[in-house]
Amino acid sequence: MTLLLNTSSHIRAAAKVLPVVGVLLAGILMKPSSTLANTELERYLSPIEMALSLDGSKLYVICEGTNEVRIVDTSSRTLTARVPVGRQPRGIALSPDGTRLYVSNSTDDTVTEIDTVTLVAVRTLPTGFEPTGVITDRSGKTLYVANRLSDDISVIDLTSGQETKRLLAGHGASYLVISPDGKQIYCTHIYPNQGRYRTQPRSEITVIDTARQVVIERKQLHNVAGVFHGAISADGRLDVVAQLRPKNLIPLAHVEHGSVFGDSLTLFGSDIGGIVQIPLDELDRYYALPWGVIIAPDKSKIFVTTAGADSVTVIDIQQLQKSLRSHRQSFVNDLSASADYVVGRIPVGANPRGMVISNDGKRLYVANRLDDSISVIDTAGSRVTQTIDLGGPRTINALRRGERLFYSAGKSFQGQFGCANCHIDATIDGLEWDLEPDGFGKDIVDNRLLEDLAGTEPFKWNGGNPDLPTECGPRTEKFFFRSQSFNQNQLTDLVTFVFSLPYRRNRYRLLNGELTPAQERGKTVFERTKYKDGRTIPQTNRCAYCHSGSKYTNRQQFDVGTGKSTDRSPLIDVPQLMNVVDSPPYLHDGSARSLEEIWTVFNSKDTHGVSNDLTKDELNDLIEYLKTL
Amino acid sequence: MNTKKWIALLAACLTVSWVSQAQEMPQFRWENFTTKNGLPDNHVFCVLVDGDRVWAGTENGLGLYEKGSWTTFRPKDGLAHQAVLSLAVDERTGDLWIGTMGGLSRLSAGRFDTYTQLNSGLSNDIVYGVGVQGDFLWAATAAGASRLNTRTSQWALFNERNTPMYEIWTYAVSPAEDKVYYAVWGGGILEYDTQTQRWKDYNDPDGETEMVLMKDQGLIHEITTSVSYVDKILWIATYFGASRYDGRYWHNFLTKDSGLPSNFINQVKAIDGNRAWFSTDKGLAYYDGTNWAVYRPSLDKHQPEMFVRDAEGKVTNISVQTAPAHNYTLGVSLQGNDIWVATAEGLSHGIRMPDISASANVAARAKGQQILEGTKP
Repeated sequence: MTLLLNTSSHIRAAAKVLPVVGVLLAGILMKPSSTLANTELERYLSPIEMALSLDGSKLYVICEGTNEVRIVDTSSRTLTARVPVGRQPRGIALSPDGTRLYVSNSTDDTVTEIDTVTLVAVRTLPTGFEPTGVITDRSGKTLYVANRLSDDISVIDLTSGQETKRLLAGHGASYLVISPDGKQIYCTHIYPNQGRYRTQPRSEITVIDTARQVVIERKQLHNVAGVFHGAISADGRLDVVAQLRPKNLIPLAHVEHGSVFGDSLTLFGSDIGGIVQIPLDELDRYYALPWGVIIAPDKSKIFVTTAGADSVTVIDIQQLQKSLRSHRQSFVNDLSASADYVVGRIPVGANPRGMVISNDGKRLYVANRLDDSISVIDTAGSRVTQTIDLGGPRTINALRRGERLFYSAGKSFQGQFGCANCHIDATIDGLEWDLEPDGFGKDIVDNRLLEDLAGTEPFKWNGGNPDLPTECGPRTEKFFFRSQSFNQNQLTDLVTFVFSLPYRRNRYRLLNGELTPAQERGKTVFERTKYKDGRTIPQTNRCAYCHSGSKYTNRQQFDVGTGKSTDRSPLIDVPQLMNVVDSPPYLHDGSARSLEEIWTVFNSKDTHGVSNDLTKDELNDLIEYLKTL
Repeated sequence: MNTKKWIALLAACLTVSWVSQAQEMPQFRWENFTTKNGLPDNHVFCVLVDGDRVWAGTENGLGLYEKGSWTTFRPKDGLAHQAVLSLAVDERTGDLWIGTMGGLSRLSAGRFDTYTQLNSGLSNDIVYGVGVQGDFLWAATAAGASRLNTRTSQWALFNERNTPMYEIWTYAVSPAEDKVYYAVWGGGILEYDTQTQRWKDYNDPDGETEMVLMKDQGLIHEITTSVSYVDKILWIATYFGASRYDGRYWHNFLTKDSGLPSNFINQVKAIDGNRAWFSTDKGLAYYDGTNWAVYRPSLDKHQPEMFVRDAEGKVTNISVQTAPAHNYTLGVSLQGNDIWVATAEGLSHGIRMPDISASANVAARAKGQQILEGTKP
């Protein structure tokens, strides 16, 4: 008991200091690379995606942590060059003639164009918010960029460098793949499209006609939320995407029944006929966060990185087709099915993400994001033959250890899921969850952003967890993972990492930091103390009272009239508002589908601030201001 | 040549002139769609041609005519409201914007996204008009103008508080690269300059009588219903006549001094600076800059009818076998040489007839030549 108390107090004491450490570390990470000559060596590379030169001699690796492309000679398997790019690069594509590399810079909202001969960045192209996947058409004249935060796809004319149009995508547009004939591009999304409250999630694959440069189809993925990479076979007959099937409508009490996430693939194309989902998991073991996917050039195998299980899953396509033929109904929830077609689980480094395969299909390269390495897999033998060290820091600090814990599913029962399943890429998942083991439909909760959390305690929708160690420790162990606990050092590492997550650049603030006239008017509404008729608004019903301080929370709990009859308590913890625009839906249970609905639908009695004396213009102004926080 | 031959030649020439003026106006074979052949509802508020596809906004659903058959979209499919008031297509993306009595919908490759006054910054759910201008979507609503930046999802509202909008009941919008025009019911025309970002109004010149007192002094009437801005020429429809404005001079059209069949005009659709279509309560009218043509079922016996009025006011009846579905027309959309017309009792497809004026001219000229030369056929 004493030990336990000591441990708890130790962690709590650490938690008071760690936010400061986290902020400092985050500050370092956010500084431009040119000013970090001394500290750059200590930054982790975090290789996330790759491209292979046309002749297969060079591997271009984008390093999210150091804002660069590292180039590896595939013969000697050594690092040969580094090319700086913009902040937090997340997607890479090679032009059809191999002379240009395109790298999306997710923080800068740009794409860097690199000359592959001189290895010089020759152009910076503007995009939408948080560009992720990039790809050119077969002519190399048009670049497509999936913008994760603006939910759209930039179409850029590479002759002029101008963005000619923006195509509507799904929520969290992220990854692009082009058909072998170049006629179509598919876009996948890490968040589900917004549907009606408490209904099964639905995502889409956005299909672009490259000749007309318009969206021609949106393939519906039912019961699917996070969708990651896609791949198309060389003959164009088989399409596959990696995905999560969240089971957020039922209580998390059913972890032991495997009812939290289904790690799976969606298959379609003329080999398949319709759209079919298949499980990757096994009856007693899960392969969390299927992320990258590749089809072998000879269409013999599908390779899938499972980012939360630190492995690559290998599927035999012939056996898969046989299995598909033997099933007349959907079997995506039948975890015994994977035994029919999964022929290998290859352990690789931590948090494997993007992959590329050699032209002859013999070697598969896997980017181990949290190991700063590349696994080289012999595809015939399904084994790692070499691990290429990309030259990251030799020591692993608390931040990195915490990050590995965050992205790993290793702590949960049967490896079902990790923090990053719901906080995809340390953000949100766009879902409402039934987390408590108290029966169906009780205490439904929405998912909040984790940015810049220090100083926003307490946590949980009702403020029930006083600090992050409590939130991430016993609560996670008991309610979420149902398995192995974090020890105190691991919990400290995890908390350190979570507190280090920085505030993402706000896209609605002007570059000079000032507010537009509409935002200024909205700020006035936010800070007002009087009704429009001159009466004084009670202090506790003013926006700026509860949402005060640098994080826009006074860290207290109030009944603002948004509680539901299914909630145990009407008291809601005041949420922080930084980048609130990026985390729909809203309210503690996600019942407000937009910022507007917080007041137009759920504030009829002016209990959540005073809004009923506002004109529509004024409410719009208020929302424009909130978007800048 | 004797006198008789000269008279015959003159008569032939006049005949050629009348025939050509009348016959040169476009003639159509009308095919009409109603619920009997798949249209969602017979009350058609608007129509929009999108390549080979035709969209019809009706009182009870959005209809899509494609490859010879109709598909209907209603709220159960994601449409904001069953009553569809306005349509616009984004030529760059192919997305369709749909103004309804219950919000604004965007249909993109089969997916409906809906914006209402509750879930978005849209000022009002009754969306009479929509128009696309680059990345901006402009909406004319019962509570002013709303503009959505489709790249940032930011809304801007324009109403009596920040524009010279005396009434906020906006009926139609016509965006172009340099200007955006709104028809405001009881408020004339509002002009937004995209460069200066300033608004300007066009109203009754004396500011008191709601209508122009001196012909061609200004906008015909403040109760405007439609506006069409093409080639820097502004065409305006009102319930009391029509106006054309070239930036300096106004020209007004009334039944008494033009070929308009009615002063009650629901829509004007300009082709260019000289030509326009007018949808009125007493038939569809076409103006080619000189002559007028009217297409309708006759008002009394509902028989197909077409007549042409020339610059001198001479009216010529053209024998036709078909007519639009109803006199009460609400809007048109052009499909090559064809025209689609929204009416109160169905959707009409005007299939352009071969230009018979050319052959008529040839025949008449040949006859004149024969008379002139005294030759026998």
